[in-house]
Amino acid sequence: MSDVDVQPSERQPGSDQVPVLEVRDLEVNFAGRLGLLSGLIGRKSRDARAVDGVDLTLRRGEVLALAGESGCGKTTTARAIMGLIQPDAGQILFEGKRLGRDLRSYRRRVQMVFQDPTGSLNPRQTIYEIVAEGLRIHNVSTGEPGHTEEELVSRALSRAGMRPPERFFLLYPHELSGGQRQRVVIAGALALDPEVIVADEPVSNLDASVRGEILRLLLQLRDTLQISILIVTHDLGLAWTVADRVAVMYLGRIVEIGPAEQVLTRPMHPYTRALLDVVPEAGGVDRPVLAGEPPDPTNIPPGCRFHPRCPALASGESARAAVDGACRTEDLGLDELRPQHFAACHLASVVASEGDRAPATTDRA
Amino acid sequence: MGMIGLYILIIFTAIAIFAPLIASSRGLDPTLVNGPILAGPSLHYPLGTDDLGRSILTMTIWGSRISLLVGFMATIITMVIGSLIGIVAGYRGTWMDAALMRVTDWFLVIPWLALAIVLASILGPSLITIIVVIGVTSWPSTARVVRAQVLTLKERPYVERARALGASDWHLITRHILPNVFPVIFANTILVVAIAILSETTLSFLGLGDPLRASWGSILEAAYDAGATSLGAWWWLVAPGLAIVLVVLAFTMCGYALDDILNPRIRER
Amino acid sequence: MSVLSARDLHVTYRTQGGDVPAVRGVDLEIERGQVLGLAGESGCGKSTIAAALLRLLPRGTRVTGQIVLDGEDVLKMQGRRLRAVRWTGASIVFQGAMHALNPVRRIGDQIAEALTIHAVAREREARVRVGQLLEQVGLPPRRIDDYPHELSGGQKQRVMIAMALACSPSLVIADEPTTALDVMVQAQVLSVLKELQRDLGLAMLFITHDLSVLVEVSDKLAVMYAGKIVEDGPTNDVFFDPKHPYTKALAAAFPQIGDARFRGHPSGLGGDPPDPQQIPSGCPFHPRCDFAFDACPTLVPDLYPAGENGRRAACLLVEGALAASGGVRR
Repeated sequence: MSDVDVQPSERQPGSDQVPVLEVRDLEVNFAGRLGLLSGLIGRKSRDARAVDGVDLTLRRGEVLALAGESGCGKTTTARAIMGLIQPDAGQILFEGKRLGRDLRSYRRRVQMVFQDPTGSLNPRQTIYEIVAEGLRIHNVSTGEPGHTEEELVSRALSRAGMRPPERFFLLYPHELSGGQRQRVVIAGALALDPEVIVADEPVSNLDASVRGEILRLLLQLRDTLQISILIVTHDLGLAWTVADRVAVMYLGRIVEIGPAEQVLTRPMHPYTRALLDVVPEAGGVDRPVLAGEPPDPTNIPPGCRFHPRCPALASGESARAAVDGACRTEDLGLDELRPQHFAACHLASVVASEGDRAPATTDRA
Repeated sequence: MGMIGLYILIIFTAIAIFAPLIASSRGLDPTLVNGPILAGPSLHYPLGTDDLGRSILTMTIWGSRISLLVGFMATIITMVIGSLIGIVAGYRGTWMDAALMRVTDWFLVIPWLALAIVLASILGPSLITIIVVIGVTSWPSTARVVRAQVLTLKERPYVERARALGASDWHLITRHILPNVFPVIFANTILVVAIAILSETTLSFLGLGDPLRASWGSILEAAYDAGATSLGAWWWLVAPGLAIVLVVLAFTMCGYALDDILNPRIRER
Repeated sequence: MSVLSARDLHVTYRTQGGDVPAVRGVDLEIERGQVLGLAGESGCGKSTIAAALLRLLPRGTRVTGQIVLDGEDVLKMQGRRLRAVRWTGASIVFQGAMHALNPVRRIGDQIAEALTIHAVAREREARVRVGQLLEQVGLPPRRIDDYPHELSGGQKQRVMIAMALACSPSLVIADEPTTALDVMVQAQVLSVLKELQRDLGLAMLFITHDLSVLVEVSDKLAVMYAGKIVEDGPTNDVFFDPKHPYTKALAAAFPQIGDARFRGHPSGLGGDPPDPQQIPSGCPFHPRCDFAFDACPTLVPDLYPAGENGRRAACLLVEGALAASGGVRR
């Protein structure tokens, strides 16, 4: 795999510094489970390679969207970054330093926001207890004026848009709306003054109408508190509204990464194009939809892992560029095909090397 | 409803504690009583007498001491062992879970009566033996139920959220797991109390308890033995039977009430 | 004649905490071959309408008004006739396809059940019909003997669609049919639904909170808020030129990729959906509305004509609305 985004670029804000969070060659396998019967007849279990060599950098004050279908490993990557699962290989660096065994201080500075706000709140705790939990775990409150637990909880709640905070202290999660619950989760994260927030599908369980408010809140946190945000999503429309950079994952690997405008309007990888095609759009009645089921991480195809579903290969486009053989047999990593814009696609490499005139086929209308 | 249950329990506990003040223990000794044999309820014997001329009322009052003591103590032992093993197995998982669950299964499948007899013959027949025997043999079902609940709780996003916040295992168990398994443990307690009170009967009957002490179970056993039903001596069965039903019911009510208190979602309504 | 027409439908749930008016006077009209999209936030009453159409509401729920399905009043039906209407008259595709299938029965048998219960076909014919149905929804007929666990989420949802089509109902109700599915699978299921709807000329009621899905599938759009329809009309007109501030906010929540206006500006609606037991006075949307003025908290707006193609909106800002409501701007 090629190293992603190691060269600083002056066009990117904050990229001249050490990235706040860096993931190198991350691998996570899940042991395959077998039913009793198939075990008896001697079938072997197959491990699932959920994450298979992911490199990722999160720059200070940046919003990075990690997108893909379910099963592509995006959530597993986020969970491995949070230390919720043990990676099988690879490194995670926070502010340039490798994570050791003791994650305590790391966990104070990197916070997670989960998909299901209802489930992430203990139904038997009050809002105050929930927001104060992190403070208590890390003994943050000094008790001095301005730093009492109550003041810290109040501040976190009002930063998360729950005003006036005192009104919510004694309520229980079920007394709040879905949007408010997600704000409480965010307040719980903000209480610890984190540098990074990893948000796993933070709005996909919410009503479409309140999603925007939560996203606006996340952007506000980035602007006012310089919090870097890694947002895991299946929704490229969401990535378009909030992300500075977008990384697209397929079967455990990043297949395309770059500035959001580039990736979403001039995608280079056929998979990114396919994902863009299914974003619901008015009048998009007969848009192409990739056939087949979400890919199976227990059975990774040889060559480019997308080739069995690749529309460019199926349409003969790859054959015309004489890369169809490579598509089927040669595995490949990311290449910087345009400035700051990386993709792992044989066809895109050929197209890019023919000059940056980018044929119409690689452009999204 | 919980208050009714609590009152019933308080009344029974009071009866058990103050038994010597309410009824003389002389009424239990067949050699000291001189009442009519198998008499129906009358003014002098409000609940009738048994085949030895003892007052059923006196026996039921004294029986509450043994039955409640055995019920409470055996239940506490069961709950402590069962919850501990269930939580550790469910929370730790992997080999710890496998090992603890095999032990649990072993206790589940082993005929508990045989185990009880062996234990009692080692420890010698006494009330404590009965308590220990019931406690040691009835925890496996509790452990299984608790473990199952812990397994689902462990995967809840709020547990994961707390872990991402940097919470220790101790914090996770005491703040998030335990409060949410309590309802299950309490629901289980009710069953165990009932089973413990009934098991005491069996063990007393087999001579593994103190044969001279009357418990509700042993009254029922004696009534059954003497063929109370065919003799038409219904009063012999009614008092101890009703006492058992009431106590078990009271525990159930208290269990529900406790869940109401602990669960904010229900509390509000 | 329209397949479905509902007039002045009111649904009130009776709970221990008092009556909950979930639907407060809704009119619906669906023609043959037409897809009506019903949009709104959770709790606005849209799923209650679906349940009311098939009389699947809990016992004791008060339903008034009129629901005419194929010329017959559903609310007046009794016993046997009512059961026949569920599925042969109108069928429903739910959100939770994963849980709606019995895990220990073959999917073919489960689809055939709908046919045999309603005596549409005998067993042998049923099997042939099931094969056809599977093919229609894009599943190979050989999967007829599969168990639900052998199918993926998207395939299960296809089975649910096949079940809904089994008795050739005149109306198919789809209640958030794609919400729990993955992007790619959602697109697949939507295109199957669209194709079937077109080929079979189905009348369909498509319910979702996701306006962007409705823009793709529906001909007409009705937007619900607090138990009432606040705007309706042809889908594209409503989506691209919303008249009601609520619809505006909903439509703005869906960014067009490539449109620079959306970059860095997620758009949404402040505040929370109203509690059905404490619906605000006047226009129920006024506490969250950016355009509310002094008359909004007092005057309850009707659906006023709001443009061509029979468009209507329940907002006092619609031209002529104030005069029609009899209110005078103070």
